[in-house]
Amino acid sequence: MNTLFQFSVMFAGACCIAAMSLALIRLFRGPSAQDRVLAFDFFNVSGMMVLLILGIRSGSAVYFDMALLLALFGFVGATALGKFLLRGEVIEP
Amino acid sequence: MTDIELPGWLALIASFFLICGGLFTLIGACGMLRMRNFFERMHPSTMGMTLGAGCVLISSILVTSVLLERPAIHELAITLFVVVSAPVTAITLMRAAITRGRPHKGEKPG
Repeated sequence: MNTLFQFSVMFAGACCIAAMSLALIRLFRGPSAQDRVLAFDFFNVSGMMVLLILGIRSGSAVYFDMALLLALFGFVGATALGKFLLRGEVIEP
Repeated sequence: MTDIELPGWLALIASFFLICGGLFTLIGACGMLRMRNFFERMHPSTMGMTLGAGCVLISSILVTSVLLERPAIHELAITLFVVVSAPVTAITLMRAAITRGRPHKGEKPG
């Protein structure tokens, strides 16, 4: 069973990295600005999943903090960009 | 390579969730690349984010709970965060897309 587990860890990591590269293609190609923000958010979440999978693979808890920080800053960045696209400024007076 | 030794049933369940999470993420990314306008692209990407991250987080919770020999709650923080943050981003982006108006050339209107 442990060979199956190692294979699935490798498979999930490869899938997430492929998803990151596809999101990067959409980030560079996307016709409108909101497409790029969406691709940026997806890229962040996929990177967070890669970190979690690395944490599962190595069995250490260090990767968890990095994943939490990446999710946090990705959310803040995507929401700020979306707010900017919506209103033209991020923090309204 | 990893040296962790897991019991058989746990390895089976964790492998299932890991493979599901990877496939969901990949399908979401492919859909985001292939759909034709922004409102269609919104759907597979949010699906890939929430379902993929959810499956990987369930697997991570199981594995770390068995390795630490106590329930590992701290992964639930990321789960809660992803569940709360994905709709907020989606709503903001969709309202921005509606406000910004007409679709680009070669795309059919939503």
